[in-house]
Amino acid sequence: MPSQGEFYQRDRERHPPAYTRDYKTSVARSPQYSAISLQNSVSEITGPVFGHNDIDPMDRDLLHNYAQPGESAIGERIILHGRVLDENARPVPNTLVEIWQANAGGRYRHKKDTYLAPIDPNFGGCGRTITDADGYYYFRTVKPGAYPWRNWVNSWRPAHIHVSVFGTGFAQRLISQVYFEGDPLIAKCPIVKTIPNQDAIDSLVALLDMNATIPLDSIAYKFDIVLRGRRSTLFENRLEGN
Amino acid sequence: MAQSLNYLKETPSQTAGPYVHIGLAPGAAGFDIYTQELGWDIAGPNAKGERIRVEGLVIDGTGSPIKDVMLEAWQANAAGVYAHPEGGGDVEEGFRGWGRVITDFATGEWGFDTVKPGRTPGRNVGTQAPHINLWIVARGINLGLNTRVYFEDEAEANAADPVLNLIEWERRRATLIAKRTERDGTPVYRFEIRIQGEDETVFFDI
Ligand SMILES: [Fe+2]
Repeated sequence: MPSQGEFYQRDRERHPPAYTRDYKTSVARSPQYSAISLQNSVSEITGPVFGHNDIDPMDRDLLHNYAQPGESAIGERIILHGRVLDENARPVPNTLVEIWQANAGGRYRHKKDTYLAPIDPNFGGCGRTITDADGYYYFRTVKPGAYPWRNWVNSWRPAHIHVSVFGTGFAQRLISQVYFEGDPLIAKCPIVKTIPNQDAIDSLVALLDMNATIPLDSIAYKFDIVLRGRRSTLFENRLEGN
Repeated sequence: MAQSLNYLKETPSQTAGPYVHIGLAPGAAGFDIYTQELGWDIAGPNAKGERIRVEGLVIDGTGSPIKDVMLEAWQANAAGVYAHPEGGGDVEEGFRGWGRVITDFATGEWGFDTVKPGRTPGRNVGTQAPHINLWIVARGINLGLNTRVYFEDEAEANAADPVLNLIEWERRRATLIAKRTERDGTPVYRFEIRIQGEDETVFFDI
């Protein structure tokens, strides 16, 4: 029996639609029919549960998690940190946060990436962590470089880190991208511009956070992640029994 | 001015992009970074019920298989219980009910081994037919797509399923029914996902 009700309906005006002509790959990969809206059942309210045993504490340190002993990744050393919250502003504890990114030169460690920027032998490019009781997470990494991609002839992705989050229910499952304050490529990017709402775009831009830097070591960017909130069971909108 | 409701707004989605594998399935993408990768074993060794395989292709609007997809599965065990505090009870030791797979870079085929889920409670009353919830992301998919795998040999349960019955066009319900075959004595359910075009798979806004 659920202790709370359904998730709030997703605000589709803040998410990109499936078909976005200027992001060309979406054209043949976008359903033409509307998705059918489901009120949540137990299948959507629940989702996978992860524990601290599932991962290694080192997994959150991209500076070192693929580096030779005594070495570290090349690039601008940063801390990416923040909280996972729900739309009711409550922390989401014990949830898995996974990231992946290009290296400081804009190159991914992936067989499909043939960009001429070099691979960094000490940088893998992925990390994961589980939020603490306050929903807090952090990663240590390098700031990724911008990179070119085939959309228009001269398309460049702004520096970004891909982020994947679970929450407590499968209906909260989300993948997005973190951008960095002040990057002039953000406003030019067809993938960023799939999002139809400027306020929503702004919510993907991490801010320089001088209070969280480690002096003489790393600068910090703060990025809070918000997942769908759930109805309370105070009134007659309960999942069961009505 | 009025008061503020003070709700936060959900973080907007962005495509998982072409390199989703290195983040979420690095071993499958060809590099070893984690000692334990998540999502390879959905049911675990102790799960009761029928051992099955589910496999298929993800096909784009031109009729071509998409070869850079990641799919996640979320399902109940054979007793219809999800491995979650609100999942309806206890599950077998090691049963997580969640997994992820990527499509083969050359062929676009995906597949996973699991146990066939049982019926689960309906939203208000009744039961839902056995099903596996899928979430599909890839380059070119701006917001992950949710769908459900139902089973051909559960015709009676499928006919009473509240979600299948919500689909106004009866013809489209067939896009969610996996076809049962057998290979080396193991039931294999074939489930093609057509992202766009003729016989487009039904996707859900959950
Ligand atoms: Fe990227």
